[in-house]
Amino acid sequence: MNQFSYVRPSSLKAAVDAVAKDNSARFIAGGTNLLDLMKSGVVIPEKLVDINRLPLKDIQLNGNTLHIGALALNSELAAHELVTTHHPLLAQALLAGASQQLRNMATVGGNMMQRTRCTYFYDTTMPCNKRSPNSGCGAIGGINRMHAIFGASDSCIAVHPSDMCVALAALDATVLVTGPKGNRRIPFTDFHRLPDNTPQLDNNLAKGELITAVEIPANAYTKNVYYLKVRDRASYAFALVSVAAALDISNNMIRSARLAMGGVAHKPWRLYEAEKALAGKAPTEENFRQAAAIALQSAKTYQHNQFKTGLSVNSIQTALLKAASV
Amino acid sequence: MKKQQTGQSMDRVDGRLKVTGGARYFADHHLPDLLYAALVCSPISSGTIKSINTTKALKAPGVADVVSHLNAPPVPGYKNADPGAKDGLKIFKDNRIYSNGQPVAVVLANTLERAVHAASLVEVQYNQETHYTDMNASMDKAFRNNRMKDYVRGDADAWKKAAVTVDATYTIPLEVHNPMELAGIIAHWDTPDTLVLYAKTQGVKNVQDTVKRLFQLPEQNITVHSRFVGGGFGMALRVWPMEVATILAAKKIRKPVKLVITRDQMFTLVGYRPSAIQKLSLGATSDGKLTGITHEAVAVTSPYEDFTEGIVAMSKFMYACPNVNTRYKLVPLNLSTPVWMRGPGEATGAFALESAIDELSYKLNIDPLQLRILNHADTDPEKDLPFSSKYLKEAYELGAEKIGWTNRKAAPRSMQEDGMLVGYGMSSGTFGAFRGRATVSATLKSDGSLILQSAAADIGPGTATAMVQIAADVTGIAPSKIQFMLGESAYPFAPQQGGSSTVSTLGSAVTDACKALQQKLASLAVSNVPAFKNATPETIVFEDGQLLKAGGQEKITYESLLQQQQLPEVNVVATSQSGEERKKYSMYSFSVHFTKVHVHPQTGVVRIKHIVSVADAGTIVNTKTARSQMIGGVVGGIGMALTEEAILDHRFGRFVNNNYADYHVPVNADTPPTNVYFINKKDPYINPMGSKGMGEIALIGFAAAVSNAVYHATGKRVRDLPITPDKVLDEKAAQQWKVENKLNT
Ligand SMILES: Cc1cc2nc3c(=O)[nH]c(=O)nc-3n(C[C@H](O)[C@H](O)[C@H](O)COP(=O)(O)OP(=O)(O)OC[C@H]3O[C@@H](n4cnc5c(N)ncnc54)[C@H](O)[C@@H]3O)c2cc1C
Ligand code: SF4
Repeated sequence: MNQFSYVRPSSLKAAVDAVAKDNSARFIAGGTNLLDLMKSGVVIPEKLVDINRLPLKDIQLNGNTLHIGALALNSELAAHELVTTHHPLLAQALLAGASQQLRNMATVGGNMMQRTRCTYFYDTTMPCNKRSPNSGCGAIGGINRMHAIFGASDSCIAVHPSDMCVALAALDATVLVTGPKGNRRIPFTDFHRLPDNTPQLDNNLAKGELITAVEIPANAYTKNVYYLKVRDRASYAFALVSVAAALDISNNMIRSARLAMGGVAHKPWRLYEAEKALAGKAPTEENFRQAAAIALQSAKTYQHNQFKTGLSVNSIQTALLKAASV
Repeated sequence: MKKQQTGQSMDRVDGRLKVTGGARYFADHHLPDLLYAALVCSPISSGTIKSINTTKALKAPGVADVVSHLNAPPVPGYKNADPGAKDGLKIFKDNRIYSNGQPVAVVLANTLERAVHAASLVEVQYNQETHYTDMNASMDKAFRNNRMKDYVRGDADAWKKAAVTVDATYTIPLEVHNPMELAGIIAHWDTPDTLVLYAKTQGVKNVQDTVKRLFQLPEQNITVHSRFVGGGFGMALRVWPMEVATILAAKKIRKPVKLVITRDQMFTLVGYRPSAIQKLSLGATSDGKLTGITHEAVAVTSPYEDFTEGIVAMSKFMYACPNVNTRYKLVPLNLSTPVWMRGPGEATGAFALESAIDELSYKLNIDPLQLRILNHADTDPEKDLPFSSKYLKEAYELGAEKIGWTNRKAAPRSMQEDGMLVGYGMSSGTFGAFRGRATVSATLKSDGSLILQSAAADIGPGTATAMVQIAADVTGIAPSKIQFMLGESAYPFAPQQGGSSTVSTLGSAVTDACKALQQKLASLAVSNVPAFKNATPETIVFEDGQLLKAGGQEKITYESLLQQQQLPEVNVVATSQSGEERKKYSMYSFSVHFTKVHVHPQTGVVRIKHIVSVADAGTIVNTKTARSQMIGGVVGGIGMALTEEAILDHRFGRFVNNNYADYHVPVNADTPPTNVYFINKKDPYINPMGSKGMGEIALIGFAAAVSNAVYHATGKRVRDLPITPDKVLDEKAAQQWKVENKLNT
């Protein structure tokens, strides 16, 4: 690890300035991802801007909208009454992530900004376009069991590792950002990017921009929801695939559905076509199966992750069945 | 009579120290002027070092030196044999790179952070050569090692002629020990030819012996401390090259040096369970009598050492079968040398053998438990000797009862529960019950306390606790007044803690030392205490820490005897080892594992719901630590069965999951209730306590008990560990099952 300086500003503006003006400065929140990246030599910031003193911890209802400060801890959020009552899908997804110790440190903003767990990205002796543009992609032609089946490119097939973000994508959340050019709102599903030929960019945040909050609009997905995470060990493992399923069912009819997947793409992957296919249908196993099949139409696999298509179909179906039967 | 101490569930004598942070492990030690070491390791897997530029590193703050083959002091013990001799990696001897992660330099600095940073500034140039890390692609390099000759009893490959056969290939991946405590050493040359080491080791005497050989020093010039070890599992059974590198660095800089390696270095520097491909072929009569077993194994080793272990051992004697043959080959790869990992080769072999037996049971339509009983070996068919003790049939029976084996429906994929496929599986395991040679010093103090010393290790099983119990029973002294001291090379010789032999070896020496002590006390009493005058030492009886004159009323406590004679203490040293009994009997421990699993029909996720493990390990000295020992082995077995696999990218010869997040050791959520039972019957021959070993059998066979249960649940046979969801996932079958069961949960 290199030497770096450390500041802990107490205003949003000072924090934004500190990063906007210094190319190698980075925000640090819980540090659960950034410190690992620094120790591996993947990120070498010369200045750390600690944002933990900023007033961004609030979790509250603004009208019908749930407002979640960027510094809310993953563990707090998962247990918060407003979340468990209005957005239980989010609580489930949060609790499927990492371990209690990590969730006690991890923040909402940090979780969104966490980098891929692609092993080639972490090992600086290996090629990786995301870490070091134009060095090649180690995973294509390498070990890619954990990698993407949707939206990948020839330069990167990494997946976004978050569980929380899968639920937020499904729940039509919005990201609130402040930056050198003022405030803006980004639909959650537009926040993260696909790799194309700029895999070094995980998301659409500009230099110096700070996530201040995430907002979830009121919705009807308070009961028939399920977050399914399939992984190699029962806890404390990243998803092979995960599915966030939310159904609004009345009179044995699906009025609307929300579906998103984790572990399959460079961003939390919304299954819009499958959602459409479910709207107006009965919540039957056959309809769920068909929706799952539709969702997988655009999948593309690599040497070691071919199982992910079958696993995804079965997982989508399982998650929908679970959601419907709550 | 006092309460018998062996067989109790006494708390660990060092438990309090361990849970309060009072136990000091090797890395907890600090010496004046200590320097911290960080390793620079090779990113190439084969070739030579072209150059090492240390300019930047040496300029970094706090850096004292960078030591490599270019400037390391010579190691007098490196043999100058022919370069092809496979006698280990001679660190810093020359510029050759054999494997990725091989240390090429040690950076020394006054803080750990500075050492780590400076290590990143060392610039090394390499000449890269072709490397081989893919076992499957290197099978043409497989060779037989002389230590592991082909074995034949009866006819070779007799299975081929049998009425019913199984012929299947089983693979296990490379597994890494990964205990919590990282490896390393503190080395301090307090004079140019006296060396003090704080080591993480399963045997201080082994460290002393290795260093003595390498540095050609008299034994007494080497002091090794290792009072507490945070998990060994086999990885601390030898002195590794990076530890020699640290000793060399300390010699050069003339200051104490501490090395603690990093988690990723644990994958390349301290051995591993070698990946193996095994072909297991069974032949049986249609009523289930085995007529032929052929076990062929290929396992990996390093370019510079032939590592062999007991992969094919169990197949030779586990079942009564007239025709058995085994073949065992090694494939050298550009990897570091493997090492024993709990259960070692036997666990690898048992996965194949016990899976194949299970496969045979379905072909024969005989219950897998019945098939094993049907082919039970009443005597050892390999050595043609009776077993010293064998209660395997009782273990089968007890385990079956406890798991509810009778609830099991015979057909695969025939049981469901809560929307899950349910499977029951079982297997057996065995491991040699050994007894080595050890020496124990016993000192009785005039306050009646007893101090025992031996250069043994305690890597976690509770060695000192068990020894205190054994000594208490022999001497009648209360456990609270007995101290067993270990982990110091200055103490009398004890072998390494490995091969499930510590209680047997050390417990025997403790017993003999305590008895010798009593004889000395008896002689003392007879010659000096008036009341005992006309007795002979042989007629003195010992009870509750007192000497009694046989047939008489006269008695004297140990402490009064010493006090009367004005002796501050009485000391004896006794050595103990096995005798003729080992020629007359075949000695093994046995285990039986039963599991009940749930398999998610759609995702293929396997969850073990219940485990019953039964051990036939002779007399159990401490039921509490023995139970922990069994559970620990079972957890290791869960990892082997379901989660653990070190993955290489063969293009680079580098591990891609060399961290705790991606190399999955089981967590609590993977570990269901585990019910452990002991047959707890004395082995009449092995040693005075009648205790056989237990550390290895806790794990041996377990993986097969899981894969067999997964087969029973799903009808899908996974012969390739670990059993991850992708291997179980079966789209068509899953659908079929759901449709048939009209399942809507
Ligand atoms: C072993 C392990 C296992 C894990 N398993 C899982 C898992 O199963 N599922 C899962 O979802 N996650 C998992 N995680 C990841 C974990 O959720 C993230 O590390 C955590 O959410 C990051 O939050 P943080 O506050 O610690 O971020 P930090 O490490 O502090 O920051 C991460 C990045 O976010 C940036 N950042 C932080 N806050 C802001 C902000 N407000 N605005 C702009 N940029 C910001 C930082 O500059 C940095 O680049 C795991 C992590 C580890 C170490
Ligand atoms: S998949 Fe992306 S992150 Fe992984 S090696 Fe390729 S470019 Fe790097």
